[in-house]
Amino acid sequence: MAERKIRVLVAKPGLDGHDRGAKVVARALRDAGMEVIYTGLRQTPEMIAEAALQEDVDAVGLSILSGAHMALVPRVLELMRANGQGDVHVFVGGIIPESDVQSLLDMGVMAVYGPGTPSSKYISEIRAAVLGEVVA
Amino acid sequence: MDLVAGVLAGDRLALARLITRVENDTPEGREALNRLFSHTGRAHLIGVTGSPGTGKSSLVNLIAKAYRNPVDDTPPCKVAVVAVDPSSPFTGGALLGDRVRMRDLAGDPGVFVRSMASRGALGGLSHTTAAVVQVLDAAGFDKILIETVGAGQSEVDIARLAHTTLVVEAPGLGDDIQAIKAGILEIADILVINKADRPGVENTERALRSNLELAHPERMRFGSCGRGGKDNQPKTDLLQSSADEIWVPPILRTIALQGSGVTELKAAIERHLAYLRSSGEWQQREHERLQTELNQLLQAVLVARWREGVSDAELREVVARLQERELSPLKAVEQLLDLDAVPESY
Repeated sequence: MAERKIRVLVAKPGLDGHDRGAKVVARALRDAGMEVIYTGLRQTPEMIAEAALQEDVDAVGLSILSGAHMALVPRVLELMRANGQGDVHVFVGGIIPESDVQSLLDMGVMAVYGPGTPSSKYISEIRAAVLGEVVA
Repeated sequence: MDLVAGVLAGDRLALARLITRVENDTPEGREALNRLFSHTGRAHLIGVTGSPGTGKSSLVNLIAKAYRNPVDDTPPCKVAVVAVDPSSPFTGGALLGDRVRMRDLAGDPGVFVRSMASRGALGGLSHTTAAVVQVLDAAGFDKILIETVGAGQSEVDIARLAHTTLVVEAPGLGDDIQAIKAGILEIADILVINKADRPGVENTERALRSNLELAHPERMRFGSCGRGGKDNQPKTDLLQSSADEIWVPPILRTIALQGSGVTELKAAIERHLAYLRSSGEWQQREHERLQTELNQLLQAVLVARWREGVSDAELREVVARLQERELSPLKAVEQLLDLDAVPESY
């Protein structure tokens, strides 16, 4: 039996065209031994939920710099729950005002990672969430 | 949830989850493959291979779209895509980016796209790609498009798995010597020159065509029959019928980003399918594929079973004697298996 591979979807919902952050995260997760599915720019919440389903991912990262996170994130979560994927861990990155972070967490988001977050932090937290390991 | 029942009933979450079990080669995945096997063997497996950057993913996107929205009055096919990208040899991680080119397929319930990492396999697919394709076959997809990792010259596993293999080239990637090397071009059932709006497309096509002619001398003889002569008349019928049975890979030009050439490409794929069926080659390939699969499985299981009865110490000792050159590898095998001599046919 092969070892358990963590599969992560890194997606860019909405209309902003800045995918540098998403690519940096995707690369860091790849280098941490994960299988990262990258879907490119300007995805609708429907496209993201569909990709998460077909790829049977353990976690979904949403990178949003447009300010539309309070509309996009709940829609993705809702669609994923409707698909039976309520157990998949969703994390958010990008430009998210401090005042919105708690509401996102309350919706069921695993974590919000702003600019400057060290990659070791999100790597170990994703690993812990998916594998049930304790964060060192 | 019983995943096998879910897959057979068309449940997409069950399908996605079972593919993961099969990809990870878990006991549950193996058990499911046993139960699903009688439902397989119906899908047309289409392989798409070629160098990195030739446009394989964009072409797969186009072909899938063409099967979903036929321009003629054929019914739309259910299409699955398995796209393999390489795993890092250092970290085991992978960036699977083929979906970026396949966004046109989003939102269509008749399409299922799955990305796979090669996980250390070197033949252009991963070790469990064939098994994942079986699951999709059992799930009732009519066409399964299998995209290999960007392949160099010898990643030819796809030809063993697929019924129809497309090799994708692009202008400017190599001269006529590249074209006559052994390997990937030999496995093509259909040759596609993508990015055909780029300069150099004539040279690429000429190199591929002359390579094909070298590979099919018997057909060449027939094709250039015009030279006449005393012995060409009585054999014409014979040559005609044998030429009918030979599939000569067509060379097609496409521009995936503009969607041009895809109607012709789909027609060529369907022509190849008709040829496979009428010539008996479908059965033949199926036979060879299952035979290979059985051999590989037998080898793996025989070795595993034998290994269970051998202690680590015994094996270490034999390797030590090999290292001291006291024993040759063949003699070591004879000793380990308690044979007078290894069978000549091994």
